[in-house]
Amino acid sequence: MAADKLESTQTEDPSQTMIINMGPQHPSTHGVLRVRLELDGERVVNAEPVIGYLHTGFEKTAENLTYQQCNTITDRLDYLAPMTNNLAYVLAVEKLLNLEVPKRAQYIRVLFAELTRVASHLVWLGTHVMDLGAMSLFFYTMREREVILDLIEDAAGVRMNPSYFRIGGIAYDLPEGFHEKVHAFVKDFPRWMKSYRHLFEGNPLINERLEGIATITQEQALGLSVTGPNLRATGLPLDLRKDEPYSSYDEFDFNVPVRSGADAYARFWVRVDEIYEAMKIIEQAIDKITPTGPYTSSNRKVSLPPREEIYGNMEALIHQFKLVTQGFVVPAGEVYQAVEGPRGEMGFYIVSDGGTKPYRWRARTPSFYNLQTMPLMCKGGLVADVITAIGSIDIMLGDVDK
Amino acid sequence: MILQLVILIVKVILLISLLMLGFAYTTLFERRLLGFFQLRLGPNRVGPFGLMQPLADGLKMALKEDLMPALADKSVFRLAPVFSLFAALCVDAVIPFGAPIHLFGTAISLDIANPSIGLLIAFAFSSLGIYGIVLGGWASQNKYSLLGGIRASAQMISYELAMGLSVMGVLMLAHTASMEGIVLAQKAHGWFFVPEIIPFLIYYITAFAETNRTPFDLPEAESELVAGYHTEYSGFRFAMYYIAEYINMITVSGIAVTLFFGGWLGPSFLPPIIWFLLKVGVSMFVFVWVRATFPRFRYDKLMSFGWKYLVPAALVYFVATAAFVSGVL
Repeated sequence: MAADKLESTQTEDPSQTMIINMGPQHPSTHGVLRVRLELDGERVVNAEPVIGYLHTGFEKTAENLTYQQCNTITDRLDYLAPMTNNLAYVLAVEKLLNLEVPKRAQYIRVLFAELTRVASHLVWLGTHVMDLGAMSLFFYTMREREVILDLIEDAAGVRMNPSYFRIGGIAYDLPEGFHEKVHAFVKDFPRWMKSYRHLFEGNPLINERLEGIATITQEQALGLSVTGPNLRATGLPLDLRKDEPYSSYDEFDFNVPVRSGADAYARFWVRVDEIYEAMKIIEQAIDKITPTGPYTSSNRKVSLPPREEIYGNMEALIHQFKLVTQGFVVPAGEVYQAVEGPRGEMGFYIVSDGGTKPYRWRARTPSFYNLQTMPLMCKGGLVADVITAIGSIDIMLGDVDK
Repeated sequence: MILQLVILIVKVILLISLLMLGFAYTTLFERRLLGFFQLRLGPNRVGPFGLMQPLADGLKMALKEDLMPALADKSVFRLAPVFSLFAALCVDAVIPFGAPIHLFGTAISLDIANPSIGLLIAFAFSSLGIYGIVLGGWASQNKYSLLGGIRASAQMISYELAMGLSVMGVLMLAHTASMEGIVLAQKAHGWFFVPEIIPFLIYYITAFAETNRTPFDLPEAESELVAGYHTEYSGFRFAMYYIAEYINMITVSGIAVTLFFGGWLGPSFLPPIIWFLLKVGVSMFVFVWVRATFPRFRYDKLMSFGWKYLVPAALVYFVATAAFVSGVL
């Protein structure tokens, strides 16, 4: 059955074309993507992404976890931008709970969401340029990403899957000296970025590999639910941070970079510009975050009580016991909440039946939709353009396969 | 007569050992240098400064299992890397590594042979090397290898034309095609890169293409074709391709130095052979530097760059040099 389906997608006379399975083990398919390429010489007749090699059953797993526990799963969807996944999820549950989150916690969330956006874009920049054949930039961007991961480690205790956000706020308050570290990062970053730009800006070899390659028009992009930088590169300034502000994003001053080229070059520069805009938000956020203050909601039915309260207060002890052993009850209903992740609209659709675990937990992951553009982008191009296309839509296989 | 033969055999053995040593330490040089460019250390654990690393690598390669795809064309698959290595080694026979030295009462030139058509022989052998790559890609019965082999043949054919045209000016200025003669001519007229700077640049660009190095590493393009023509090779057969690539780098650098930078010539405080090796070393550094910096060309852009820019430019400069030499200009 499956084999029949694969055969039927052969678009031309099979004796004239060659089929190559690029992936799932391939150096530049960013994980375990398999692209079924139909080639006429070096020309691509058809390119069909085959997914599922990283399927992990996250959505079903989540149905057996309490709401607070589900947060750890969101980290693992798009593991390069865990904080934005966290944010989308906690916002969704908070919407269902109708829970008010302190302003300070909202700013901290914005700070970390933007830090992960920068980190994610840095990884993209390094790997994308490495796919084009220039290998050194990767090491430089990874060095700077390391600084961001250190910041995340300082606050959350871990680097890769922090689960730092909690329903109601964040897990722990910021550590001492955190403000200074962020200020130092914000101060150093433009210098680093400038040195990277020497490697790719105006480089005719890079421009040649990107310009006019892997084009998706605005209509095609909208038709395939493409979001994020990939959509903004077609000239549509759709950004949920502006259009449907969440977590106090409306209090921040930033621009939404847009390009109209609709090709790999436009996507490249939208992301590079976004790094600068994210840095602007980080700078504002760290100024807004007061050194002390509430970092989680005061609603003891959702947020854990502080330690000192537990030792002296019976009710606090009961709350702590109930929250840790059972979790909290979320009123029956359904909710969809999306945030602007580094790769596009990252959303969660949650159905509650009034219990402590979600009845249905659905993740709307941007890479899954972005990947659908592969055949459109690759048809008529060369093998090298397939690599450019995969890199330019910045897919994340953990995000695609779930 | 016997003495001549002995000297020749000694020279051949010395050259091959020198090239093998050169290859081994070029890999270390490249890895350490790339480490420097890329904020890492590079291999520095085996021996002081990692000096024993090439030995360890060689040992590892030799001990690896020699795999062969079941459907491969067995004899061609076995022969192809040998062919590549053979061609790479042969080119160096005509490159003079230093001024002739006097030993046992005879003058010994520091090349294996000094035919009057030395440069043509060098080019002929370096063209042969492509067969190893094409045949290896073809015999592997792997689609990536096949694409790599096809790319290699197209690339080499188009770039060899520009390469051949670019060195014609030097031949005309030197009035000889003998490598030693070209060096001696530069002793008289000054180094040829001064009048022939554009042909030198064209030669150097095509040299990158000829050795399949970044930005022209399309035949192996690891981000597209996994490893291109040598995807299916392992163990010592892979090592042979690897050795051929690095010896080719040394060779094209040696030819560039001989043709444009006065070969072994240099101020007398260093012996001629050291000057030659120093110049080659600088060229190797550029090879590594470019690899650390530039992305890869796209196949069609590479072809149009070769045919639309390099070949016409080389041709124009060739005609101009001819007019100059014959006294028309």
